[in-house]
Amino acid sequence: MHRTNSELGRIGEDIAAAYLQDLDYEILDRNWRFKRVELDIVARKDSTLVFCEVKTRRSNSHGIPSEAITPAKLQNIRTAALHWLTNNESKHQGIRFDALSVIYCDGFPATISHIMGIEL
Amino acid sequence: MTLARACSVVINGVEGLVVDIEAYLSQGLPGMAIVGLPDTAVGEARDRVRAAVQNSELSWPAERRITVGLSPASVHKRGASLDLGIALSILSAHSQVPEMTKTIVVGELALDGQVRPVRGVLVAALCAYRRGYDTLIVPQSQVHEAQLVPELKVVGVKTLSDAVAFLRGEEIDSDAPISIEYSDEAIPDLRDVRGQTNARHALEVAAAGGHHLAFLGSPGVGKTMLAQRLPGLLPKLTDDQAVEVTAIYSAAGALGAGQGLIRTPPFQAPHHTTTKAALIGGGSNAVRVGMVTMANHGVLCLDEAAEFERSVLDALRQPLESGVVTIARSGFQTILPARFQLVLASNPCPCGKFIGTGAQCSCSSQVRRRYFSRLSGPLLDRIDLRVTLERPSLAELDPSSGELEGTQTVAERVTQARERAARRYRDEPWNINSQVPGPMLRRRYPVSDSARDLLANDSLEISARGADRILRVAWTIADLRGHDIPNETDVAVALRYRDGNGSWQAS
Repeated sequence: MHRTNSELGRIGEDIAAAYLQDLDYEILDRNWRFKRVELDIVARKDSTLVFCEVKTRRSNSHGIPSEAITPAKLQNIRTAALHWLTNNESKHQGIRFDALSVIYCDGFPATISHIMGIEL
Repeated sequence: MTLARACSVVINGVEGLVVDIEAYLSQGLPGMAIVGLPDTAVGEARDRVRAAVQNSELSWPAERRITVGLSPASVHKRGASLDLGIALSILSAHSQVPEMTKTIVVGELALDGQVRPVRGVLVAALCAYRRGYDTLIVPQSQVHEAQLVPELKVVGVKTLSDAVAFLRGEEIDSDAPISIEYSDEAIPDLRDVRGQTNARHALEVAAAGGHHLAFLGSPGVGKTMLAQRLPGLLPKLTDDQAVEVTAIYSAAGALGAGQGLIRTPPFQAPHHTTTKAALIGGGSNAVRVGMVTMANHGVLCLDEAAEFERSVLDALRQPLESGVVTIARSGFQTILPARFQLVLASNPCPCGKFIGTGAQCSCSSQVRRRYFSRLSGPLLDRIDLRVTLERPSLAELDPSSGELEGTQTVAERVTQARERAARRYRDEPWNINSQVPGPMLRRRYPVSDSARDLLANDSLEISARGADRILRVAWTIADLRGHDIPNETDVAVALRYRDGNGSWQAS
């Protein structure tokens, strides 16, 4: 069954959110937009605030999805995170940026790779 | 293991420098960074290496952050020859191949994993040997070049998989290396040049004494033909010279497939539009050798010398004097060998007819002067033999006018003359007449009184350096004629070559 890329992205984010909840992350926000930048998932675990970027692909044939996160994209995420912090109240002691790669193809179990701390 | 090392060599001028390639696999956003002053070609190794690894049925550490460090970090790295080393260091860090010890790796990777030839394999081999490495992995097609250094274990690889298999200790099926061709380059024979008795003799003297030579003559009289025949008259290169020359060709990427040691003195004839950088050598980050270095131990022939830019010609003055080219850049200095014999060939004027009476010349005197002034005094002053070529007569051109001396006959005389000079200079650091320093020449090797008088009384107003040069040529002529010391005639002939039959204004 063919899906558009935005539908695929949506499914990937659902899978990623479910995965994070399984790991006892508290999901605070999803698809939070500010002007032209977006945060896919904002979550919290053990008083650490985590901004997650989710990349979804149908296969690994173009490399793993997180490779598509360029330095410019990372900068956008940082900007968005800053705006999120000024607009929301949150009890946390530290923040972290994570990348989640989701491989999703209909009829197969999805695989997730979770890279913690991508801010270099 | 997440950290591994491989070694490779980068070429700067004619020297190799061992580069340590470290690969570190860490947690973090996937990607690959190459640090340590890579140029564009080295930076692009990122993409080539990844494609090559994935197309070689090896696994790429796609979920890791890869940092490749090239050290010494302060030296600019250029070219694609580091590809194979980068690939193997990453695979080693990813525990797919064992760690390499005392091994140097050079080779460019194609996207499908094939290993492509690179320039400077012989230089890398010499460098590996001198630095105590014992194994060298090179592209299969260049094994013969590396094997010129016999003490090294040379492994030729066709693909990245071959290199991996070798490091894992597996057998690799390598074709027998291309057999080395020792065939001498065909040098045209002196027999083809008809007439020009003077010029032929000057060529012989130049070969015997290592003197610089200039030909002046109308178009088509045989200036270029004569110049091309000089390498055939020179003795074959010694072992040390042959290795040096072959290494220079290797560094310049000018060594043909299957070519062995170069034994014939090289002959370089740059076009007159050649730039200074191409002639002398240059480059901002890593020096590439120029044609003067390619002509080391051989002949540099500047045809249509007066058509060269004056600044290009004057750049030759340093190598002519010292035998080396020193190239200084902000971060480093490189010294390139450039001990060559110069042969200039030029028309006397733009129309080329101002020879003899010059009756047919259509150039104004001003045009003639401007044309010839490109050959500056200081440059011409370093040239011992100047010959004006007349048009050969019809009788001389007639093939039935008798057999002329061939290269072999003349080369034998040259060898004898060189042996005679070498005997005379056996306790000295020089062995041919053109290398004898002026003060030594006058003090230790006096000519006969009558010969000296000839030099002293001459109306030419010869400078001190000029007199030394005439004496050197006189010694060579004496060596060729079998005289123990130059007599009056020898000096007279040398004087006439200095004068160029009166056609050379500058002296």
